[in-house]
Amino acid sequence: MAVSKDKIRNFCIIAHIDHGKSTLADRLLEKTKSVALRDMTAQLLDKMDLERERGITIKAHAVKLDYIAEDGEEYVLNLIDTPGHVDFNYEVSRSLAACEGAVLIIDASQGVEAQTLANTYLALDHDLEIVPVINKIDLPSADPDRVAAEVEDVIGLDCSEAPRVSAKTGVNIEQVLEKIVKDMPAPEANDDAPLRALIFDSVYDSYKGVIVYVRVKEGKIKPGDTMRMMATGAEFTVVETGYMRATLPEPCKELTAGEVGYITASIKTVGDARVGDTVTTVENPAAEPLPGYRKVNPMVFCGVYPADGADYENLRDALEKLQLNDAALTFEPETSGALGFGFRCGFLGLLHLEIIQERLEREYDLDLVTTVPSVVYKINLTDGTMVEIDNPTHYPDPATIASCEEPFTDAHIYAPTEYVGTIMDLCQDRRGVFKNMDYITPERVDIHYELPLNEIIYDFFDSLKSRTRGYASFDYEIRDYRKSNLVKLDVLLNGDIVDALSFIIHADKAYPKARKIAEKLKDNIPRQMFEIPIQIGIGGKIIARETVKAMRKDVLAKCYGGDITRKKKLLEKQKEGKKRMRHFGTVEVPQEAFMAVLKLDDND
Amino acid sequence: MKPIGLYIHIPFCNGKCPYCDFYSVTPKQNVINDYVGALCKKIDEAGGVYDTVYFGGGTPSLIGADNIAKIMSHINRTPDCEATLECNPSDTGAVNSAFDFEVAAKSGINRISMGLQSADNAERKALGRRGGCDDVERAIKRAKAAGIDNISLDLMLGVPNQTAESLKKSIDFCKNSGAKHVSAYMLKIEESTPFYRIKDTLVLPDEDATCDLYLLAVEELKKAGFEQYEISNFSVKGFESRHNLKYWRCEEYLGIGAAAHSFKNGKRFYYERSIDKFISDIPPIDDGEGGDEEEYIMLALRLSEGLIFENYKKRFGKFVSENLVKKAEELEKHGLVNVTNHNISLTVNGFLVSNSVIYSLIEQ
Repeated sequence: MAVSKDKIRNFCIIAHIDHGKSTLADRLLEKTKSVALRDMTAQLLDKMDLERERGITIKAHAVKLDYIAEDGEEYVLNLIDTPGHVDFNYEVSRSLAACEGAVLIIDASQGVEAQTLANTYLALDHDLEIVPVINKIDLPSADPDRVAAEVEDVIGLDCSEAPRVSAKTGVNIEQVLEKIVKDMPAPEANDDAPLRALIFDSVYDSYKGVIVYVRVKEGKIKPGDTMRMMATGAEFTVVETGYMRATLPEPCKELTAGEVGYITASIKTVGDARVGDTVTTVENPAAEPLPGYRKVNPMVFCGVYPADGADYENLRDALEKLQLNDAALTFEPETSGALGFGFRCGFLGLLHLEIIQERLEREYDLDLVTTVPSVVYKINLTDGTMVEIDNPTHYPDPATIASCEEPFTDAHIYAPTEYVGTIMDLCQDRRGVFKNMDYITPERVDIHYELPLNEIIYDFFDSLKSRTRGYASFDYEIRDYRKSNLVKLDVLLNGDIVDALSFIIHADKAYPKARKIAEKLKDNIPRQMFEIPIQIGIGGKIIARETVKAMRKDVLAKCYGGDITRKKKLLEKQKEGKKRMRHFGTVEVPQEAFMAVLKLDDND
Repeated sequence: MKPIGLYIHIPFCNGKCPYCDFYSVTPKQNVINDYVGALCKKIDEAGGVYDTVYFGGGTPSLIGADNIAKIMSHINRTPDCEATLECNPSDTGAVNSAFDFEVAAKSGINRISMGLQSADNAERKALGRRGGCDDVERAIKRAKAAGIDNISLDLMLGVPNQTAESLKKSIDFCKNSGAKHVSAYMLKIEESTPFYRIKDTLVLPDEDATCDLYLLAVEELKKAGFEQYEISNFSVKGFESRHNLKYWRCEEYLGIGAAAHSFKNGKRFYYERSIDKFISDIPPIDDGEGGDEEEYIMLALRLSEGLIFENYKKRFGKFVSENLVKKAEELEKHGLVNVTNHNISLTVNGFLVSNSVIYSLIEQ
């Protein structure tokens, strides 16, 4: 069963969203008979429902395929799937580091998109052999010749032999497999060196503990060895080693250099098996870890509260469970005067935030209120110290602030030329600094801006999509921190600050935003027994105000004939209604009003 | 045995007023006979002594004074029993009306409640009331002639085309008629009524105007000698409806007839909205325990006297919760509640938003 090392091919598939990565992966599984046809559900590698629905891969997975090539030899193909979103760039880079080659998929009608380029550059950074594949040739709008030329022009990859396939219908899939075998190199493998295995993913399993997915670079590992994580120093006794098959894991005696497989060792949290870390053995430790490890830090923070305070413990349990599988998710308890008990959660980006929120609501059946997302600001104080703030509540007294800094990104937007105007308007509005613009083809451009991250995390992508009818693609990475004129906006109801509605914003945008918030609250807060002033302030200065007038009539005029039940029912109804209310001192604000303010976007 | 109240529901009307959602149907004579028979049977079965009796409907006067007298003869009443009969002015005040107030009075009826709604005939018509103000005047005259001078009139606030002037005119009518009691309800369009189906075509005073009409009514009724004692009820001193006070003070009463509600021996129960079922002796439906603290407070706060601390303590053996008093004091700042050493009561403005006020007070 052991295939010689020169017959191993470790590769990943990279592509822009929706260019057909998961479908091609499914087709490869099918062609290599890794999975019986009857077991095929569409997109086998995307295991989470959410991934299937959104058409993106959130977590990487891996699978070992056996393939008998046209030369009659049996090959082992290790397909390592990569997450398909900018929030997970670091994880993508670790997956790439586990491979020798990459299949680059380009949609035959869409052509090169933002992540096509971003992922290609990442793959080139890791010296991967790239096999371009032009997909979706079955589409009426497909123009493989044009797209091939585009790839050659923009990326400089020779596409003369690029397989032209339809992952959907299965056309020419064999060509992809043959290219992998012929063009990609076998791993360099030295079984005798001390073990160095790269963790490219880890998954929590309630029976086995954490399943650590590794690519063994040098040396070997077997059950009974004591493994050590070189970055965290954690040590565990290996219980099982094995290969990942499409449907079931396949235990093996040992994993050796060049191979891709899994290790279990009764590890309790994925935090102990961080993506990018190097596994060695205590018995024969390596001197140096593999390069490239870094601890991923959350970039976006928000408060997550249960709509019903009674769900606090359930929310904690759910977050703990999600964290088992997601080392990038952080959370700590937080209390809000307005929202009660909840958690300050940290995320890699807005998509990561949305995914976690959606999973909490869907898989754990929780009703949530989330506060305005915030980035990490650096605040330089007059006493010469610096504090990092990810929560507006902790914003220092403005009198003590010397200057503020906010994170900026390098952002690339790829779009048809006709949308350049509207995209530049949007970026300008989001305080972007224009860098340059390249024509990828006469019809398509790459617009490069430096954008503040806090402008991106509010619905930037949604606005971009609606302005370009979905034709633009977008990619960004954090660049640096820059001095910025920031202020904190406070919302006051009946004179009291509603902490959960405070947020940090650029001074130039404070006034229009304040007016919108005040209006939105006025429209969404029902009249109550007395008048409620709504004020928006910076420090002590009120910059916008509205008033919710007092309700005048809420009475059951007729209450006789002894029908007390009716009156009681009314009371019950009132109680039900109040459950959806948030109390701010004596003021009651429906959840919807809250959401309306938090969701305030360009169109309001 | 402690006397309690007795409510008798007469679910018959000659037509349905478009705003009314009380249970009533247009009857056939034999149904009336069967129904009256069933009422008498139930009253006999229940036994007991009653210090208030209230014939409500529907249109109780529709079954005729003889039937009323027949039912009254089955009721064991205290000597000072208040016995009210709701009358329709078009039945009892029409020139050719056959209703005999003498017979009713002789049977023990000593209080009449009648729907004036408005003294403006155009408004009456808009409300679908049959007959005119002269019918009301005639009915009152006949009742008084029979010795019944405790008379209550219903007024309606916020009806189509109503103005401050027309409301004053209606209140003047009440005063001049010699009525001792006025109930003034704000029109509410109930879902099951004809008004609901045409609500978009009705020209109703808006919420603010209706509230202003209510405040005006409170003021003008007071000037006319009718003191407010409940959200919608006003009377010459000493002429408060003793029967209705039982509801609001959370005292016990027995309700007999289709759709009649009871609160007896700590239990609430009611008959279904079906004449047939009542006649066929289908037992009432259990509606759980009644008279707990929450219910007591919710009802007491409808009254001008409000929640009287001493009465509460007497009944429940404990003081009104501190939390409630604290909240009341908060609302007092907004002019919705008055708090004194002996009670908490709603102001007139508090009455207008009483659902919210009461809820916020009893909320834990």
